[in-house]
Formats: sequence, structure tokens, C-alpha cells
Amino acid sequence: MTMPAQTYVRKVPSGAASLWKSAKPALARLDIELTERCNNDCLHCSVNLPAGDIEARAFEWPAARWKALLTEAAGLGCLVVRLTGGEPLLRSDFEEIYFHARRLGLRVMLFTNATLVTPRLARLLRDVPPLEAVEVSVYGLTKETCEAVTRVPGSFAACRRGLALLGENGVPFTVKGAVLPPTRHEAEAFEAWVAGLQGHVGTPSFAMLFDLRSRWNEEKKKNGAVAALRPDGDEFVRFSRRHGDGVVDEWRDFCGRSTGGRGDRLFTCLPSAASAAIDPYGRLQFCLGLRHPDAVYDLASGSLREAVTEFLPRLRKTRATDPAYLERCSRCFLKGLCEQCPAKSWAEHGTLDTPVEYFCGIAHAQAVAAGLLDGGEKAWTVRDGSERAKRRKGS
Amino acid sequence: MTGKIDLGRIYGPSDDVVVREIEGEIVIVPLTSGIGDLEDECFTFDEWGRAVWSKIDGSRPLATVVQELLDDYDAPDELLQRDVVGLLQELYERRMIVEKD
Repeated sequence: MTMPAQTYVRKVPSGAASLWKSAKPALARLDIELTERCNNDCLHCSVNLPAGDIEARAFEWPAARWKALLTEAAGLGCLVVRLTGGEPLLRSDFEEIYFHARRLGLRVMLFTNATLVTPRLARLLRDVPPLEAVEVSVYGLTKETCEAVTRVPGSFAACRRGLALLGENGVPFTVKGAVLPPTRHEAEAFEAWVAGLQGHVGTPSFAMLFDLRSRWNEEKKKNGAVAALRPDGDEFVRFSRRHGDGVVDEWRDFCGRSTGGRGDRLFTCLPSAASAAIDPYGRLQFCLGLRHPDAVYDLASGSLREAVTEFLPRLRKTRATDPAYLERCSRCFLKGLCEQCPAKSWAEHGTLDTPVEYFCGIAHAQAVAAGLLDGGEKAWTVRDGSERAKRRKGS
Repeated sequence: MTGKIDLGRIYGPSDDVVVREIEGEIVIVPLTSGIGDLEDECFTFDEWGRAVWSKIDGSRPLATVVQELLDDYDAPDELLQRDVVGLLQELYERRMIVEKD
């Protein structure tokens, strides 16, 4: 063999896309919901059983099972694991699970409300970094607005304490807010505050199009209240444009890149490609929102390998049969904007393929704002949607 | 981290990194902080670097490793030794390898 003249170490971003050059791994990313329990009781949240829910806690997988599963995931090529909840830091074995994931060489995306960040955990995240910014949900700029959302006294101070610990320890984090009646008026001040936070990276995002509960149990009673918190299309557009029309140009670009409707294939979203999600009890699905019984694989009676190499690929071939979906969504050129997907259909209707009017309305409002539709025009009746988007972009 | 690479010493992977093989490539993932310039960096090698890394397993002195590589590669002794030491120096400074007893 001939030795090259110059070598040494090459640095690469650790994202899945850059490391996997040709072959796709059986599993590139894994989302793990460590618990459905949360120490907040947010107005809009779809995953917040009480922190002390004994029954939920009893059925949660213990650390040993998660560690074995993470080892299996790494063996399948997984590069990134998201640890979320509920509030994942409620689990006393969180550090054990986190360290095991990192010891396997996995990057860890931690989703938390930061109220349970301790000096010890902040030091661990400093010394053994997750390799991803911690994502912190922060609801409100003041004690009054924050706790009007979380409905837990003391949560504002606890969150600020957690953020300070992350910042002081040099743990990068990004803040996510929510546009809700108590906080709607403070978005710009919130952004300014976040920009000055020690350790914060990027720009804060805001949740608005809140998911309904995906578990069809007693908690579904909350859905009416959650739905009432969501903005209508005009409000959504107005909020999205608060910093100018750049976002509208992006919407137009999305539609211009579209090559027509979704067709009758249901699983077209990014998460359905080489990723999987597992609930606290070891049930695997495409994403955390999709709990339709036909789309759930119980790892207690199978293996992760079988789930990602046989079950999910089979599920990915599912075709829509709902006449309304076939008439509308399958032909709609707004697929790049619309949040319609099997998980949303499941949460709202208990099916995989029923059009969700709310998201349809939001996408239409965006399209009208982008000059792609006239008011009252239905996108699925438009035959030249992507051409319109390209023309408007060039004009 | 300072310190000169010594052909008489034994080197092996550090506990501060995790070594994974992805699509036939060796990928070194930082475990502890301060390995990369940015938190999201991993490290990999070309074919030559991979051949060197595979021999840095803490079992024999670096001089022996160099000799094994000389048997495998058509390269002048001095050039090969210089590049091996250069590579290990970088790995050592990045805390990816450590001296073994």
C-alpha cells in the first residue's frame, strides 16, 4: 500500500446526515418519552400526568431496560437519542440513563422545563456534554404569566434557577416558548430576554399549534380546552409575520418545491425515515404522537431490530382510504405547510387518514398570505399550485 | 494538553472518547467536554489514519506499531514515522489517546 503524503484527523459534524454517507442505518434517531408525568400542569400540554401518578410510574420502564434498549439502538446505527417526557428529570434514574447513552457515543437531545436541574446535573451536562443544546420550555416572562400557564406555584423561580445553572456551567441550551392567552402579549420582550441569557444559543421558537392528547383515555377530556387555546389562521399568520415577511417567502418556497400532493401514501414525513419513538412503557411507534393501535409495536414481546426493520417498513406502506383525504389531502399542493399527518389525524379523530380541519385552515391562511390562493379558494382544487409558487417567487 | 509522543511508550484510546464504527469508518465521539472545538464535532480518519488507529490499542510500544505499518505500507521509514508521530501527537493533544502503563 502507498501512504498518502498528508493525513491526520478529520473533524466532522456529528449529525446523522453527515456520518451516514451512503447506506441508511436501520435506525438513525430514537425518541424516548421517559415519563408521561410532569411537575407542571400546563394549560396546553398533551403529556402531563401528575408528577406523583403512582400507576403511571409503576409501569414506566426502569433504567436497566432503557439501557439495554439504548445499547441495541447503537448497534443498529443510531446516532441521536431524544430524552423527553412529560418531564424526564422527574425520573431519579435520569442521570444513569443519560450517561449510558453518552457512553455509547450517542448524542442526546434533552427536552426539559429546567425546573429540576440541580447543580449536580448541570455539572454532569458540563463534563459529559450531550453534544446537542438542551431544549428548555419556558412559559412566560414573569412569575404571573409563567405560572398562569404552568399552574404550579414556584415553577417560575425553579425554571429561572435551572436556566442559571445551565448557563453558569456552560451548558448550551435553547429556549422554547408558547403563544397562549397569558403570554401572547409578551413575545417580543420574551425574545429580547432570551437573547441576553447566558448559555442560550439560536433564537427562541414558539409553540402555537398545540397537539391534542394522542392517548385515547380519560385525559382526552382536556382536548376541548387545549383546542380553544390554538390561534385561528389569521392570528397564526399575524404572529408569524411579526418580524416581517421573510417567513411568508419561506412558505412560498416550501410550496414551490412541492411536486404536487401527497398521493395516498400516509407516511411521508421525515420522522418516518429511519427513526422511531418509544413511550415510557416500551411501546414503539413512528413518532410520539402516533398511538393508533395498528401503529404501535410492543417491545415487551419483540425486539427493537424487528420493530425497525420489519414492523415500521411494513407500516410505512400504509395507504389512505378515507374518501375526504383522497379528495383533498392527496392532491393538495400545500403539503409542505400543512401539519396533516397520521399522528394529527389520530389525535383529533382516532383514525390515520381523516383531514384535520384545523390544520387545513392554518395552511390555507398561510397560502393566502403568501399570495398563492385567493380567499375561499381550496388548495386541492388548484392544479398548478407549485407553478404558482414558483411564479410568485420570481415576480 | 502538552507532551511529546515517544516511540518507546505505549498508547491506547482514552476514556474521554467513544469509538464507533459507522459504514466502515472509525468515528470518535467526544464523551467528556473539551475534546472538540465545538460540542457537536466528531472525528474520523482517512484509510491511513484508520490503519494507524486500529493498532493504537494499548498493547505494544509505538515503535512496534511503526514497524508493523512499515511492513504494510510502501513508504520511506522516516516519512512514515513522522506521520505516525504527527497523527498521535494530534490525538494526544485532543485527549483521544493516553499513555498506557
